[in-house]
Amino acid sequence: MRNLSRFVPALYILFLLLPIYWLVNMSFKTTNEILGDFTLWPREFTLENYITIFTDPTWYMGYVNSLAYVSINTVLSVAVALPAAYAFSRYRFLGDKHLFFWLLTNRMAPAAVFALPFFQLYSAVGLFDTYWAVALAHTLFNIPLAVWILEGFMSGVPKELDETAYVDGYSFPRFFIKIFIPTIAAGIGVAAFFCFMFSWVELLLAKTLTAVDAKPIAATMTRTASTSGYDLGLLAAAGTLTIIPGAIVIYFVRNYIARGFALGRV
Amino acid sequence: MNKIENQKAWFFVLPVLALVAFNAIIPLMTVVNYSVQETFGDNTFFWAGVMWFEQVLTSERFHASLGRQMIFTFSILAIEIPLGVLIALTMPRKGPWVPVCLVLMALPLLIPWNVVGAMWNIFALPDIGLLGRTLNAIGFDYNFTRQPGDAWFTMILMDVWHWTSLVVLLAYAGLVSIPDAYYQAAKIDGAKPLAIFRYIQLPKMKRVLTIAILLRFMDSFMIYTEPFVLTGGGPGNSTTLLSIDLVKIALGQFDLGPAAAMSLIYFLIILAMSWVFYTVMMRNEAN
Repeated sequence: MRNLSRFVPALYILFLLLPIYWLVNMSFKTTNEILGDFTLWPREFTLENYITIFTDPTWYMGYVNSLAYVSINTVLSVAVALPAAYAFSRYRFLGDKHLFFWLLTNRMAPAAVFALPFFQLYSAVGLFDTYWAVALAHTLFNIPLAVWILEGFMSGVPKELDETAYVDGYSFPRFFIKIFIPTIAAGIGVAAFFCFMFSWVELLLAKTLTAVDAKPIAATMTRTASTSGYDLGLLAAAGTLTIIPGAIVIYFVRNYIARGFALGRV
Repeated sequence: MNKIENQKAWFFVLPVLALVAFNAIIPLMTVVNYSVQETFGDNTFFWAGVMWFEQVLTSERFHASLGRQMIFTFSILAIEIPLGVLIALTMPRKGPWVPVCLVLMALPLLIPWNVVGAMWNIFALPDIGLLGRTLNAIGFDYNFTRQPGDAWFTMILMDVWHWTSLVVLLAYAGLVSIPDAYYQAAKIDGAKPLAIFRYIQLPKMKRVLTIAILLRFMDSFMIYTEPFVLTGGGPGNSTTLLSIDLVKIALGQFDLGPAAAMSLIYFLIILAMSWVFYTVMMRNEAN
């Protein structure tokens, strides 16, 4: 019984890795091999698809664009969420509970509902097709998430910490930056990770708000699939490359992921 | 924690309020505006009252996609929640395999949604995909681009692949927070594994599982990119979920009035359901 139960996680991980293996496998094949033979391993191993991506600006700029708006969004979301989360975790004020739920409702808003009005709004303010448009649009769901996660982590810090600091003569800004922020560093890391994650994986808004200059890599992929035939090897290589940034950041927060998903409250 | 009453805390919240209001209230008002007006495409608008709402609420197309959405959401919840709990229960609690398991399991969560769709597309294609080819080789007549049943099977399997790890991670976090003493006490009492699960593990996981259900409900109800890239809503309309239908109406046909009315109804459904989960969660927290 005990040995049998070991198989469950192993089988599950195998199931998770199969589609990824197929994608990576395909990215090293030539188009002829993909369409012609059915091979479990590339027979004519080629790096052609990766070379195309790293030498063609319409491809590699997609990655630069995605990383640019994701970074702006992450910094912005965490920076404004910090004081707000502090307020929610330490003080009672008029309408605090309603405000907290209202913030969460924005996490529930389907991107499909906001696609058209966002297009009109960001065109009207002249930000269409810039990094800022996508970064700001993604704050809609990332700020509420960051506030929730940070509030959870901050509520775990005893209030005596604040009081002791004031007794020691710290002013509020000095206390916040010198003592409080280092104390909840793990929480900030987790919040940043989640902002990164949800901005990185979202496509509908990113695609709607960009045309040429700020086009994300994910949108470049859909364009290639529809216009220049169906170059599966290239598509697979581009897809494989989008997995790498995620894999890197997961490694850093592996022990905190679950706590983040539980909004800092496990 | 006892909180101090302090109205100045509003100043801390102001930046968040300003940004989210810019992003939420202005677009939402645009939607409300369109939902009560009629236009003939020349930028002149007429008051239309609740016409679009009546049209959407009585249209068979909306009922059909709402129905498909409900079936999809409840199917994936019914699979992912028990499966996630089972995997979390069988995962090692200590040792070198724990971080390996966690990182590998979290991997699907960080893949861009259209890549998930594209990956499953080439994985399931009957001629060149590993899954499609295997299923056909062992005797199934499987083709997700032609047969609605196969399209549904693939779509649900893709979502299980994509999101079960979220449930696993949450349930696992709940499980590791149980002190060893609880298990030792259960052992002395001679409790069976089922009793340990029912009276020790399940109560400890209640909170995180509520969050898991809330998140999975919201996100699966809003799902757009993955099924769109996988099946394009087809074959026919068989996998056209609410978001796919909405984008077709709003950005494809540019029918602003019906699209806006549908958006508001859609949003309200999610809001109402999530409010129920949220209230349950907060009540648990108070206890």
